Amino acid sequence: MAAPRRYAPSHEWIRLEDDGTATIGISAYAVEALTDLVFMQLPDVGRRVKAGESFGEIESVKAVSDMYAPVAGEVVAVNTELPQRLETLGQDPYEAGWIVRIKPDTPAAVEGLLDQTAYDALLAKQSH
Amino acid sequence: MVDFAGWWMPVQYASIVEEHLATRRAAGMFDVSHMGRLSITGPGAIEWLESLLTRRVAGLDVGRCRYTLITTDDAILDDALVSREADAAEGTPRLGLVVNASNRERVVTWLRSRLPAAGVALADQTLDSAMIAVQGPRALEIVCGLCPPEDATRVGGLAGYTATPATIAGQTATISRTGYTGEDGVEIIVPATAAGTVWEAIHAGGQPLGLRACGLGARDTLRLEAGMPLYGHELREDSDPFALGLGLAIALDGRSFPGSERFLSMRSQPAAQVRVGLVFDSKRTAREGHAVVVGERQVGTVTSGSFAPTVGTAVAMALLDREVAVLGAAVDVLIRDTRQAGRVAPLPFYRRGG
Repeated sequence: MAAPRRYAPSHEWIRLEDDGTATIGISAYAVEALTDLVFMQLPDVGRRVKAGESFGEIESVKAVSDMYAPVAGEVVAVNTELPQRLETLGQDPYEAGWIVRIKPDTPAAVEGLLDQTAYDALLAKQSH
Repeated sequence: MVDFAGWWMPVQYASIVEEHLATRRAAGMFDVSHMGRLSITGPGAIEWLESLLTRRVAGLDVGRCRYTLITTDDAILDDALVSREADAAEGTPRLGLVVNASNRERVVTWLRSRLPAAGVALADQTLDSAMIAVQGPRALEIVCGLCPPEDATRVGGLAGYTATPATIAGQTATISRTGYTGEDGVEIIVPATAAGTVWEAIHAGGQPLGLRACGLGARDTLRLEAGMPLYGHELREDSDPFALGLGLAIALDGRSFPGSERFLSMRSQPAAQVRVGLVFDSKRTAREGHAVVVGERQVGTVTSGSFAPTVGTAVAMALLDREVAVLGAAVDVLIRDTRQAGRVAPLPFYRRGG
């Protein structure tokens, strides 16, 4: 059973998997706020990312946004089908819409991110 | 919602792409009340505007509109639509100017500084009126359906770049067959107090036919596909209109207006860079300010770029060195740290019925 999702304030989610990797995506709120997604740039497998470092871009008709690694680690898998099917992000942002999987340097670092309650509170504050 | 030249406006109501496609397939409605609306009245109004605008105003019939630039001796202040409305009284012509929101105040200041002592009155009616654009293949049907029969016939019969007074949804309006989307359609000016009534009536009448309310985002993608320049992006104070493909906006022969000497020399000495279209195989978007390169050499700069929903790929307008500006020529755009391959393409990217 995978751990619950945690969130970065920049709207990426991360979930520790049983095999010691962590899956990363962007939240339903982020997908909704971006709207009209047209392009996604994914990192290469094997790339090392620092916490807070951009690992890729997501572009809407309006603007391009970076996607930031919530924790440091090495990219071990990317969802190569996603850039051709960006609508998946709107339909299923937390499963089929996963973006990259990393091997975190410090899995415990994930525990330091926002839990669902704290993230919901952040969104509630932003909508005011 | 965003602050646009001091106006609080929606980028989209729901989705830029859906609003864009609705306008191409059926109709889109746009609150363009931010556009500046100026009224020029008086016995000397025609001669005065004739001396100031790049297009001929003398000889403009009642009900006709023209695209023009507003220039000083050394700068292009704005692009605008000038229209001749019904005379205010016998011998008292009345004209309208629709200018960009971002330039309205300085255009008004400039025009006021050039007013003669008597014979011409200039009024900024922007805040007293509202403007709604209805654009798309079903726009006329929707708008005419809200007019009394006689007015509907007159509005339906408007030629391009003409206007008529009409009643719509019970309100007094001026309706012109103009727009900024590359579609057939109209722009409707009503008193500010009537704006809500007219907006709701068009929305309610048009929705069953596929009309959508559209924000600034779709307005920009539609005009980009239609190859229309936008002041502050393609068109700037120091632009060469001939290099932008706007030579028709300058009527030089036998005329004198602020900057006319400058434009004469621009016409005889072609500029180093010209406006072109660029198309990309990817949806990755070149945006304003991105460098256009061939190999390591910069050959131009992107002035506007977006995913183009009707075309299905990313497109851009750019100012490009004349020798590179050949249809089909391969160029790259530097988007952040990577190159995006594109090619020079004809403008517009989209032509209605084409």
